[in-house]
Amino acid sequence: MRLIRIGDWLVILLALVVVGLLFSETGHAGRPQKVLIRKGGEIFTEVSLFKDRKVEVPGPLGVSLVVISGGAARVAKDPGPRQYCVRQGWLRNSGDAAICLPNQVSVELLGGNKRYDSLNY
Amino acid sequence: MIRSTIEIPATREDHHVSRMAALAIGLSFVDAAIPLPVPGVKPGFANIVVLIVLARYGLRTAIWVSLLRVLAGSLLFGSFLSPGFFLGLCGALCSLAALFLASALPEKFFGAVSRSVIAAFAHISGQLMLAYFWLIPHVGLFSLAPFFAAAALLFGTVNGLVAAHFLECEKVEAVPQVPIQ
Repeated sequence: MRLIRIGDWLVILLALVVVGLLFSETGHAGRPQKVLIRKGGEIFTEVSLFKDRKVEVPGPLGVSLVVISGGAARVAKDPGPRQYCVRQGWLRNSGDAAICLPNQVSVELLGGNKRYDSLNY
Repeated sequence: MIRSTIEIPATREDHHVSRMAALAIGLSFVDAAIPLPVPGVKPGFANIVVLIVLARYGLRTAIWVSLLRVLAGSLLFGSFLSPGFFLGLCGALCSLAALFLASALPEKFFGAVSRSVIAAFAHISGQLMLAYFWLIPHVGLFSLAPFFAAAALLFGTVNGLVAAHFLECEKVEAVPQVPIQ
C-alpha cells in the first residue's frame, strides 16, 4: 500500500506550515486600526495605522512628533522634561497609549479588541 | 409523442464523463447533508471522483466532470447563478488550474493526496479571492482564511487518501480493459 508517497508528506507538511502561518497572522482582526492624537484634551487628529507617516503636534512647550510605521505608533520627539511618552516606545496593541503630560499631547490606538488594563477595573 | 429528429451521438467518453459527473453530484449531496460548524466549509467529497478521473483519464476528462458537477449540481440544489454557484465555479476552476500545474510533479513521489491537498488549497484561495473582490471587500474576511485553510488541509488529505485507496485497489485487481459500470 502506497497511499501516501514521499512527496505527499512534503505537500502536507507545507500545507501545515501555511495553516500555521495563517493562524498566527489572524491577530489582524483584533488589531488596532487607527491612531487618535489628542492635544489639550481635544482631538487633534485621527489617522489610519496602516499608512506610514509623521504627525507634528504643537503643544504649549513645543512640537511633539508622532511617528506611525508598520501598524505601530510612537512619540518620537517631545519637548517634555522627563520624556516618559517617548520612552514608552512603540504602541502596538489596541488601547495602548502614550501621554506627554507637560506638552498636553496623548496618542492612543483605537479599533480592534481592547485588552484589559488596570484602569478598566 | 413526436420523436425528436435531432440525434446527438454520444461517444463512449461522453458516457463515462456523464456517469462520473453523476457520481460526483451524488457525493455533493452527501456534502450538503453533513452539518459543519463554520459556514462555507464543506468536505468536498465530489472531488474524490475528480481525482480518480484525473488519474485514470487525464485532465481533459477531469475538467468535464468537475464543471458538469458544478453546473448540474447547482441546478439540482437550485443555486444556479447564485453567489454560491459562482463561488463554487471559481473554486472549481482554480482547483483545475492547480491540478494542471501539479501534473508537472513526478508521479513517482506525488500521489493523489498531493493533488487533493493542492487542489483544496487552490479551491479556497479562489473562493476567498472572489468573495473578497466581488461580495465582501473587507479585510475582516481574511480572518476566516486560517479556518478554511485548516479545513482544506484536513478534507484535502482525507479525500486524497480515499482516491488513492480506490486507485490502488484498481491496480491490485489489474483489470485494465473493464469498462466502468
